[in-house]
Amino acid sequence: MTITGLIIVSAVSMGGLGAVLAVFLAFADKKFKVTEDPRIEAVLGILPNTNCGGCGYPGCRMLAEAIANGNAPANTCVAGGNDVAKKLAALMGVEAKDHKRMLAVVLCKGGGKEAGKRAQYTGDRTCTAANLTGGDKSCTYGCLGYGECVDACKFDAMAMNANSLPVVFYDKCVGCGACARACPRDIIEMHPEEHRLFVYCRNKDKGAASRKVCDVACIACGLCVKDCSVLGGIALKDNLATVNYALAPQSDESTKRCPTKCIFSGIEDQMTKSRFEAAEPQRAGRKAV
Amino acid sequence: MKLIMIFISAALINNFVLTYFLGICPFVGVSNKIENALNMGLATTFVMTLTAAVTWPIYTYILVRFNVPFLEYVAFIIAIAALVQLVEMYIRKSSPALYRALGIYLPLITTNCAVLGLALFMVLREYNFVESIIFGFATGAGFTLAIVMMSGIREELEFADIPKPFQGISVTLIIAGMMALAFMGFAGLMRG
Repeated sequence: MTITGLIIVSAVSMGGLGAVLAVFLAFADKKFKVTEDPRIEAVLGILPNTNCGGCGYPGCRMLAEAIANGNAPANTCVAGGNDVAKKLAALMGVEAKDHKRMLAVVLCKGGGKEAGKRAQYTGDRTCTAANLTGGDKSCTYGCLGYGECVDACKFDAMAMNANSLPVVFYDKCVGCGACARACPRDIIEMHPEEHRLFVYCRNKDKGAASRKVCDVACIACGLCVKDCSVLGGIALKDNLATVNYALAPQSDESTKRCPTKCIFSGIEDQMTKSRFEAAEPQRAGRKAV
Repeated sequence: MKLIMIFISAALINNFVLTYFLGICPFVGVSNKIENALNMGLATTFVMTLTAAVTWPIYTYILVRFNVPFLEYVAFIIAIAALVQLVEMYIRKSSPALYRALGIYLPLITTNCAVLGLALFMVLREYNFVESIIFGFATGAGFTLAIVMMSGIREELEFADIPKPFQGISVTLIIAGMMALAFMGFAGLMRG
């Protein structure tokens, strides 16, 4: 057979096979058609369709089914925010409840400058792998700096800064919590946006030990506990100052005396993507390593 | 007699997962619960049997007849994808509960290399139509056996005190290796 003949035979036989199967499938689709609640498609059209998993369902479609069946409230989607919640409430004919915006907070300030290294790590450049060995940082509670949280973010709301710490852009963060789930050391916490006062440290070692490994560690001195204007607003727990958000005022009046400046008010000065790009243009949208 | 030999050979001696290391992805991914593993195994068996029944005529009456057997990969992949689609539609219509239980695993069968491997082996070993169907069913049975055994072991592992670096996938792969060694004991049971 000539090469042209071969090409023609191949094209015709494959095309024919494809066409036959396509017709067969189209017929089967008609025959096995499942009538679905049309609202599922309508809800799905309003949802962001990013499948971030922030709502707790496996994907946007599952949530759409739950909302259409009335098993989930209209404001379940965390990524969509108030707009989506309102539209869904209108579609489902229920009263719109305000969507509470959650934000990711990175509770570690010990980057390359502040925290010491105890070893050289040459393994797989992911936080999970580094965490198995205990990590290269002297502090075994702090950020490992390999940017798994940045990878997990589907909303372009995180980047690693020059100091090997993740930065959250608060204009972009939708509060889906993917970064918090990705972090093997649980350094990232999800907080309502009213929360301002944070202890940016997770080191549960005694003061002397944590001071040795990091310049900005909480050394559990208790000054903030004493200075807090509301009794019980800040407490010491596991050698770590802990804010009681039900009581503590969110200003930093009580935290001025912190010797390591690990507790203060303000979510990273409300960092936005444009600010980060202006400050570190070459790092925006890139991983640490 | 030859059919029985093909069955035992494909299900035990030359078990696709534990001897040829085909279909490792669902073997590791869907083997955390016996129930899921069994469902996955049954769905795969069903698809494999159908695959054998469909790809054999395609190979014999189209590819060989028009002298283009080198198109087997493309033709088989098209046929398998269409089959899985059909099975998915059917299950969705007939049993929504099973459809939900299988979830993502059903479309995943499309890319399961064990199914394609089955079609290719069938051609390589020059089985006839009935032998091919038996071969497809036996391969699926072997896959079900392996994945259910694995899930049984993994359910027990949940209570074991495993060192941190070995937890999760690592220990699963080690166990898969041990199971493969154990299955080598079947080698020499019979020829063929």
